[in-house]
Amino acid sequence: MTDIKFNKILLFTNALVPLALLLFDAWRGNLGANPIEFFLRTTGVLTLIFLVVGLAITPLRKIFGWNNLIKFRRMIGLYAFFYAFLHLVTYSIFDKSFDLSAIASDVWQRPFIAVGMLAFFLLIPLAITSTNGMIKRLGGKNWSRLHKLSYLIAILGAIHFWMIVKSDLKYPFLFAVVLAVLLGYRIYDTYKKPKKNQEKAQKNTKESEVLS
Amino acid sequence: MAQNEIKSSEITPESVYLNRRNFIRAALLGGTTVATGLAYRFFNEPPPKEIVTTEIQNITKSTDFPLEDKLNSFEDITTYNNYYEFSTSKTGVARAAQDFVTRPWTVEVGGLVQKPEVFDIEDLLKFEQEERIYRFRCVEGWSMVIPWVGFPLKKILDAVQPLGSAKYVAFRTFYDGGSSKNPEVKLPSGRNGMQSSFSAGIDLPYVEGLRLDEANHPLTILATGLYGKQMPNQNGAPIRLIVPWKYGFKSIKSIVKITLTNDEPPTTWNIAARSEYGFYSNVNPTVAHPRWSQATERRIGELGSRETLMFNGYADEVAKLYDGMDLKKYF
Repeated sequence: MTDIKFNKILLFTNALVPLALLLFDAWRGNLGANPIEFFLRTTGVLTLIFLVVGLAITPLRKIFGWNNLIKFRRMIGLYAFFYAFLHLVTYSIFDKSFDLSAIASDVWQRPFIAVGMLAFFLLIPLAITSTNGMIKRLGGKNWSRLHKLSYLIAILGAIHFWMIVKSDLKYPFLFAVVLAVLLGYRIYDTYKKPKKNQEKAQKNTKESEVLS
Repeated sequence: MAQNEIKSSEITPESVYLNRRNFIRAALLGGTTVATGLAYRFFNEPPPKEIVTTEIQNITKSTDFPLEDKLNSFEDITTYNNYYEFSTSKTGVARAAQDFVTRPWTVEVGGLVQKPEVFDIEDLLKFEQEERIYRFRCVEGWSMVIPWVGFPLKKILDAVQPLGSAKYVAFRTFYDGGSSKNPEVKLPSGRNGMQSSFSAGIDLPYVEGLRLDEANHPLTILATGLYGKQMPNQNGAPIRLIVPWKYGFKSIKSIVKITLTNDEPPTTWNIAARSEYGFYSNVNPTVAHPRWSQATERRIGELGSRETLMFNGYADEVAKLYDGMDLKKYF
């Protein structure tokens, strides 16, 4: 077993720890007076964490040259999708009793739900095209372009979080700042050295084809 | 044989090497898993299990406003609180407020009154205490049914005799300025005080207000306890306002000052977001919060949601207070 493979197991296991504790607490009846809200908040925050960590990979590779990090990005992205899925399922089934018309009117009446819902639907094509086969079929360039949607998704996620909070904006603010830094780095990187960047873009394209 | 060549006897045998490697890996897997778990626990600290407060003696069971709804449990009511001076996490308030010292305590009542007076909490507890079971609807979209103990606010207002010019009643919550230096009421030494306005995201001390007729309404009470016991810290010990037809944030906690005024007093959430929280803040399913609908609510302890009632179900009692008012404008 290579180190990469082991590190993937490490990541896979650790990423499941919050879910395990969440389910354990739910089973023991320890989620507090409003367990649905707790489940929603926790899965929502976990989604944002995985989105942000996923978006940190490219800057970390470019700045520190930790190129191997790319090998873990797919799993991180899929975990973001997984927790977003749990978030949506909890909302639809427990909060709305899977009543589609109630969900539709909620999307209409509560803008933050619409924003979150949009972010989730944008995640779906990214999850579907995460396999090696799909990357090949799309071609690295198109695949890269499609997966730039993750920027928009993360922004929508941060807005979604910001809109729910009543006054204590510490955590939404923290997410927004981290996200701004990560996206700002990309803008900086694109305009600062356009030539070098093109080469890198080509290199990236190749790399994305050999993601494993 | 070259001198620096490693003797075959010195080479770690493959099995030992692999064993060590497996050991390190197992340790890494276990260690990081525990670390992740601890990090999760750090951010999701469960509320304390035991909440002990003194029984209140001689409570009259009020039959004025009967309510059939199932009561929320003492545990629900005391572990899910909005009290930003202590914490902005609803499940974190109980723990943060655990050591709040609420004796001695006085409530200063003054302003446009004939006989301003400073009431000691022990004297307020000697007022006839009745149990009032009320719906409690939070502006965030959840609700509970709570058996409060207390007395009508009108009693205290009558005692100080408001002047004819008094039109409003302003309330203020205890605040230690975030430094725990207040000599009378504080958190035990070794701990920081309450949260700063910055951390809470709202201006502190917390202030609220009612129109005089709202304050004199028989539904409006000063609550000194719940479930027959003195008020737990996290619910606004030792005395708080309860106005059941308004969103919960109007029912100001841990009151130290009541002032009769001529002008509409400033209110904390209105200062924080003028377009989102009005002075009246009556429960109204037809007037949405700018960021969410108020048509439904989740009753704590239930799955799914239920319809929100006009004036939180107290329309028969209070609708007449707002005759001719545009409730969309005066939200």
